[in-house]
Amino acid sequence: MSTIVNWIGGAATMAAATLLSSAAFAATEIQWWHAMGGELGAKLEEIVAGYNASQDEYKVVPVYKGTYPETMTAAITAFRAGEQPAIVQVFEVGTGTMMAARGAVYPVYQLMKDAGADFDQKAFLPAVVGYYTDTDGNMLSMPFNSSTPILYYNKDVFEKAGLDPEKAPETWSDVEEFSKKIIDSGAAKCGFTTGWISWVQLENLSAWHNQSIGTLENGFGGLDTELTFDGPVQERHWENLKKWQDSGVFEYGGPVGGNDAAPKFYSQECAIYMNSSASRAGVMANAKGFEVGFGMLPYYADVDGAPQNSIIGGATLWVLKGREEAEYKGVAEFFSYLSSPEVQADWHQFSGYLPITEAAYELGKEQGYYAKNPGTDVGIKQITLNPPTANSKGLRFGNYVQIRNIIDEEFQALLSGQKTAREALQSLDQRGNELIREFQAANS
Amino acid sequence: MQTKRAIFASRVLPYWLLAPQLAVTLVFFLWPAAQAVRQSFLREDAFGLKTSFVWLENYTRLFHDPNYLNSLKVTVVFAASVTLLSVALGLLFALAVDRMIASSRLYTTLLVWPYAVAPAVAGVLWWFMFNPTLGVIPYVLEGLGYDWNHLLSPTDAMILVVAASTWKQISYNFLFFVAGLQAIPRALGEAAAIDGAGPVKRFFSITFPLLSPTTFFLMVVNTVYAMFDTFPVIHATTEGNPAQSTNILVYKVYVDGFLGLNLGSSAAQSVVLMAIVIALTVIQFRYIERRVEY
Amino acid sequence: MVENRPLLTLAAHLVLIGGLVLVVFPVWLAFVASTHGPAAFMAAPVPLLPGPDLVKNYGALIASGVSTSGAPPIGLMLWNSLAMALMISIGKIAISVPSAFAIVYFRFPFRMLAFWAIFITLMLPVEVRIVPTFKVVADLGMLNSYAGLAVPLIASATATFLFRQFFLTVPDELMEAARVDGAGPMKFFRDILLPLSRTNIAALFVILFIYGWNQYIWPLLITTDPGYYTIVMGIKRMVDVADARPQWHLVMATAILAMLPPVVVVVAMQRLFVRGLVETEK
Repeated sequence: MSTIVNWIGGAATMAAATLLSSAAFAATEIQWWHAMGGELGAKLEEIVAGYNASQDEYKVVPVYKGTYPETMTAAITAFRAGEQPAIVQVFEVGTGTMMAARGAVYPVYQLMKDAGADFDQKAFLPAVVGYYTDTDGNMLSMPFNSSTPILYYNKDVFEKAGLDPEKAPETWSDVEEFSKKIIDSGAAKCGFTTGWISWVQLENLSAWHNQSIGTLENGFGGLDTELTFDGPVQERHWENLKKWQDSGVFEYGGPVGGNDAAPKFYSQECAIYMNSSASRAGVMANAKGFEVGFGMLPYYADVDGAPQNSIIGGATLWVLKGREEAEYKGVAEFFSYLSSPEVQADWHQFSGYLPITEAAYELGKEQGYYAKNPGTDVGIKQITLNPPTANSKGLRFGNYVQIRNIIDEEFQALLSGQKTAREALQSLDQRGNELIREFQAANS
Repeated sequence: MQTKRAIFASRVLPYWLLAPQLAVTLVFFLWPAAQAVRQSFLREDAFGLKTSFVWLENYTRLFHDPNYLNSLKVTVVFAASVTLLSVALGLLFALAVDRMIASSRLYTTLLVWPYAVAPAVAGVLWWFMFNPTLGVIPYVLEGLGYDWNHLLSPTDAMILVVAASTWKQISYNFLFFVAGLQAIPRALGEAAAIDGAGPVKRFFSITFPLLSPTTFFLMVVNTVYAMFDTFPVIHATTEGNPAQSTNILVYKVYVDGFLGLNLGSSAAQSVVLMAIVIALTVIQFRYIERRVEY
Repeated sequence: MVENRPLLTLAAHLVLIGGLVLVVFPVWLAFVASTHGPAAFMAAPVPLLPGPDLVKNYGALIASGVSTSGAPPIGLMLWNSLAMALMISIGKIAISVPSAFAIVYFRFPFRMLAFWAIFITLMLPVEVRIVPTFKVVADLGMLNSYAGLAVPLIASATATFLFRQFFLTVPDELMEAARVDGAGPMKFFRDILLPLSRTNIAALFVILFIYGWNQYIWPLLITTDPGYYTIVMGIKRMVDVADARPQWHLVMATAILAMLPPVVVVVAMQRLFVRGLVETEK
């Protein structure tokens, strides 16, 4: 029996080995776990292939590990088991957790210094990097794919409904009014849908209206922070979403990223769609038979200070400790490659993620990219609209991955009529604070 | 416990025979179970860098946590629905097949194979069929005036996971009932028929009582199935949503442990679940031992 | 039949046909979906009749897989599933027959302890103790290995229990006769008990093969190297894509491929399988 087992195991390992490794023996392998599926995943593999072809000392191996939360927890579990990758892509809400794990994380500024790499933190866009620095202003992780939510709309449907197809809705009352016209005229069944309720319709909503979502500067000031999601603007907005859902103006696309939102927009069921600027690649590929327009996120015109600036999402690359010394040299070299203007501009222009360096943005302008491709700079304009305030530079809470789930749950409770907006947001604060206290206890 | 009247005499041999199984059980079951018990008294950060001993705090938190109590409730509703539905449908099909003479083999073959479909695949199939934007069923339901949306409606989501889990399990119950029906002497039914008892009466006075051992066995097995083996169905479809309305206990262990990285709480939940399973195992065992003895 | 009641028989046929529709419909939809191009899944309703892309979809899947979904080529995943299923079924039978033999045919100190140590695992799926089991496997360096995929799943008592039940029904006279002939326990085991158990072993093999093939969460957790992905878990990878829609036609083609081998095994070996399930599990 055991021979059979050995034979099966052995043969399969060989099959796997021949399939997966075509690289030379000498190269040091660097594992990079990421969460980029679909078209973005293919582009990422292309970038890595470009790096691997550019030298033969290191070989970066990208491994797709599923969704953002899955990728992050897979890396953490692997760390506990001593099987961690050198590089892991962690989404912005995991930042709090990663930052607190001083024993596990190799800060990027330190890594670059140790490897003697040419690294100038000032070259990066402040709106992007601010999210990922420690209190001394040191960069802890390498920005890779940062995005911000923007608004997409269906120009053809707008036209059919008698609206100006060149004019994107600016305020929430525009959205409501346009949607009603669209539905009444029969141009589409629903006004708008959205991905990422948590990120777009709560976190960004708050930053965009300069509303706080947590004490101590949204958690930047320490683990003592408490959530304050139940502000008047948030409550008003969630109440509206419930009302709009009931009247058909808004259609819910599901929890987390909202997997069902995009199809609603592609199939022209909904005329307006809010999601990451990085959804642009998918939108352009799937929006068959209609013209797409772009706009900034809507705001409530009567709220003081709105619009402020939106905050980023997406992910950065964290380096985990406990690998061979040689690998870290390779990581530093690879990071330099990744942040070079050419690679950045290419990635940004393909994906719709924000350029992370000034140089990449300038390069895009020089190439005339933004002029040729309307809508591609909406995100960057929106994020730099005003200098960030304490309420709009981001957020940093422990256990925030779970808190995001609570946001979805409370939103679902709101939509299904189990709770009012006020109750949902209060319950969100209360449940979230428990998690933050737990995180504080476990990390101090 | 049963043994043979006659046995071999050997001091060492039985230990050798048992050794492989005991070794695997110790390393991959008893040891992890002990680890779960230990972990359930600890608090740890995600990366395992800081650990502190917190006595029973994980347990007290658990039983004061409305989410956990909700999960208990959800599990009861879910397990009861899956068990009753799949046993009832299995019995119904078995009774129907039992009436067939020529075609019973054919029907059996056609009804048996879903047993081989992985719960995860079953989940994906039903997920696709019920997809609110694309699915066939929501499309039909909408025509009938019902707005199906398992992303929002806890009831719809529960129906979906119950349907997918039941679908996969019917064939199992069906087979047991077919075998159980075949074991019932035909003469009993015929005698009753001569006495003028109709089919419904015969079912309730003869068939069903004689099937009760099978039914009991299936109730326990299906409860275990619904509580634990349906994990992939949940994971591949609702992932516990919306608003935790399909977050059954075994899924919560995984979510809190692997996604939430709250290892203490997850371990405490594991311990509670293990206690439930062991209790069910003992019940089942008692029953089987009794059967073998008479 | 007891009496002739055509109406009741008709009703029985209708019930069974209803049952067949219930059982077949989801799979039919999946099959249909796997024969269309991506354009068919833009809006409801999805097609109900097969489309023209059967060869194209399956061909693409077999030839190149869906690399951006993080899934390796289908062939490798099928192979991994097969390896895992075989290791689990063979391994489980190999360790459970001797231990059932020991428990039924011997009396020895700590017999009860050994018995309960094994049987307490009877109905306890790996999902329940998943976090600590993962840790043990990781500590043993068995992540990303076939041993890690299979061995922890061998640690359950179902097979031992079935053989115990079967051995209890073997007439004592056989063993007494063997003893009179001067045969030792191993000779009895080899020459009499094993041949008698042949059908049971075969039946159990079918059941365990299906059990092994259908494993989901365990491979999902312990394989971080796509070279060890199994097909059932691969489907989940394909459904979850960020910022894009699942490629339903390929997902469904994969689902069909994933369910085909165990279904074929069950249908082809139906008799054995039914026997194994019904007669021994009771």
